[in-house]
Amino acid sequence: MSDAVADFRADVEDWISEALPSALQGREMGPAGNGPKRTDSDSQKWFDACYERGFTVPNWPRAYGGAELDKARHQVLREVFRAHGAPQPLGGMGVTMIGPTLLEHGNDEQKERHLPKIANGEIRWCQGYSEPSAGSDLASLRTKAEDKGDFYLVNGQKIWTSGAQYADWIFCLVRTNPDVPKHDGISFLLFSMHDPGVSVKPIVLINGTSPFCEVFFTDVKVPKRDLVGQENKGWTVAKRLLQHERSSLSGLGGGPRADEQGSLVDVARQYLGVDEQGRVADPSLRRELIDHQIRSRAFALTQRRSHEENQAGDVPTFATSIFKYYSSETRKRRYELQLRMMGTQGVGWEGDSFSDDELALTRTWLRSKSGTIAGGSTEVQLNIIAKRVLGLPD
Amino acid sequence: MPMILNDEQNMLKDSAKDFCTNNAPIAQLRKLRDEDNADGFDRDTWKQMVELGWAGIPWKEDFGGLDFGYKGLGVVTEETGRTLTASPLYATVWVGGTAINVGGTDEQKSSLLPEVAGGSLLLALALEEGPRHNPYGIETKAEAKGGDFVINGKKTFVLDGNVADKLIVVARTSGKPGDRNGLTLFLVDRTAKGVEVTRTKMADSRNAANISLSGVTVSKDDVLGDVDKGADVLDATLDVARIGLAAELLGSAQEAYERTIEYLKERVQFGVPIGSFQGLKHRAADMFCEVELCKSVVLDALSALDEGRSAEDIAKAASLAKAKVGETFTLVSREAVQMHGGIGMTDEFDIGFFMKRAAVAEQTFGDLIFHRNRYGELEGY
Repeated sequence: MSDAVADFRADVEDWISEALPSALQGREMGPAGNGPKRTDSDSQKWFDACYERGFTVPNWPRAYGGAELDKARHQVLREVFRAHGAPQPLGGMGVTMIGPTLLEHGNDEQKERHLPKIANGEIRWCQGYSEPSAGSDLASLRTKAEDKGDFYLVNGQKIWTSGAQYADWIFCLVRTNPDVPKHDGISFLLFSMHDPGVSVKPIVLINGTSPFCEVFFTDVKVPKRDLVGQENKGWTVAKRLLQHERSSLSGLGGGPRADEQGSLVDVARQYLGVDEQGRVADPSLRRELIDHQIRSRAFALTQRRSHEENQAGDVPTFATSIFKYYSSETRKRRYELQLRMMGTQGVGWEGDSFSDDELALTRTWLRSKSGTIAGGSTEVQLNIIAKRVLGLPD
Repeated sequence: MPMILNDEQNMLKDSAKDFCTNNAPIAQLRKLRDEDNADGFDRDTWKQMVELGWAGIPWKEDFGGLDFGYKGLGVVTEETGRTLTASPLYATVWVGGTAINVGGTDEQKSSLLPEVAGGSLLLALALEEGPRHNPYGIETKAEAKGGDFVINGKKTFVLDGNVADKLIVVARTSGKPGDRNGLTLFLVDRTAKGVEVTRTKMADSRNAANISLSGVTVSKDDVLGDVDKGADVLDATLDVARIGLAAELLGSAQEAYERTIEYLKERVQFGVPIGSFQGLKHRAADMFCEVELCKSVVLDALSALDEGRSAEDIAKAASLAKAKVGETFTLVSREAVQMHGGIGMTDEFDIGFFMKRAAVAEQTFGDLIFHRNRYGELEGY
């Protein structure tokens, strides 16, 4: 490591031991930019401290609220955060998706207007992609935007819009030309969720929560300055954003992800007991547990390999598709396994016969099913690998 | 960075690939099999491998080696796996040489490792006694008699046992079968009095033998490591051997996989390449991910050896690698035959060789069941 990077590490170490409230160590705090506004003072204090240093968006330009860290320093920052159990100060689709996309495809005026408000947590974003008849086949979307001179008139409906009930702005795919092949008539618009004509209806999921909404647009006026990229060329921007989404879903781009490894072993010990040698007492479930741990370990090593290849300049271009597929399938299997280990205690819905953790597991298990559906389903990911990586014919 | 190769390792890998493709392709293994070659490998090819330095890659220069690390040996072995090359590289270098390197006295290392590096000494580890890997389940007895030991017992599935100059025999000097304590390793000449070797033909056409030891007398100078503490040497050797095998099988799995993908693109049925069918595409894409994971576990395990991680960490990495790569090669080789259809069932077509190799290699030094359980125990659950 160069001296300058070592100095940076020392500097960040000093800073974090002052700035991080001890109550937040090792916790996830539900980062700003994602869901309802935060109220507790420790979280706000930590956020402010990070923001002051540009660490809510560490690799963004200073002009937009970042710290302009290069790869090496960004990695150092992640390591220091991890070592101190520091929660990510800022999450949500502003920082993980539309921000990086605007940095690449936005014009200067758009960057200046939108990026600083992502960095300071003021504006929460949502993603207007899926529609009732455009899920895995996203490009068949029908929400239409008509050219009315200096604005577009938007009419249509989105679905599965995460966090729409909390969002201030939306990045939205719309059809600006219905008469050309489907990929060639799509544009990428930004507009406020508080604009007249936008309405939101939360969807209740099988686990009882409402992380997604339906969003309806009736004669919403969007000024043309919020068209990202060129008209009818929105699909290029949309695909690039999906890559940012997949890398954040697989835990590649983000900071520390809660380690779920140890806890599954604890669950096995608690619900199945151990034999005299300390092994999980149920041999079939123990076998499944070890298979899961082996799979997870091999996957973690692959993420590390990909990271090293990246640093060495060998960009693993297809890694994101593999990672999204593999991590979501692994996570899904993990909850299936946990459910089996816990028996009837794993399928309680409410009431005093179950602990809070047990009730939470039921809901989390159900919720985990979306991991292999959202953001490009498992089947779509496998199609992508088959086509792009293996070169198998259509 | 442990998970990528440096320039020298990449060059070594490329040259090994060229060598194996040109000098030791699958056609060579087929020929050895069809001619019922008594050695089970091609001596000229081995001589060339030795000239390239392969038999001395991991040993220190003091012992005639190149001091190029197990990662170096690993990338070469991966390439021999692609071509299913039969050679003493595995039994002599990865297994036997490692046992001497781990357990030998300076004198033993100075006299034997240069011979290994020079290709003149072939080795074989005589360990197993039953049909499933069971490293401590040793009944073969070695009794002290004066300053000597007398060995009696039967060994099976001794890789290269029919061609090795020296056997490394695992025998019991105390305790009972199943005990970790009480094992001792002995260097025994294959031609010594009382040693009877019977070649066993395996499905993968690689060398293995049953060995019977009746009143074989060796001196105390032939002990490798300490009396009764042989498991220390054995365990360390086996973990290196498992990692080496995983490296080889990684090459075999990749080759079988790539051949299958090519076939999916070529083979036309119902007027289209069969690779356009989603039922095959998804299986192919899933296997791609598994092969990618195998590359990572092998690189990590090879790095663990070269970085000198703790014995426990090496053991975990070894069991992880053998379990994962073995399972994946089993999957890929079975799918390869299935996806090739009728032609995959013929002896004339090479793809079946991979499935046969996978089945035998799976039984070598612990299968998925063995290593899954061991990984769990090492992790404390």
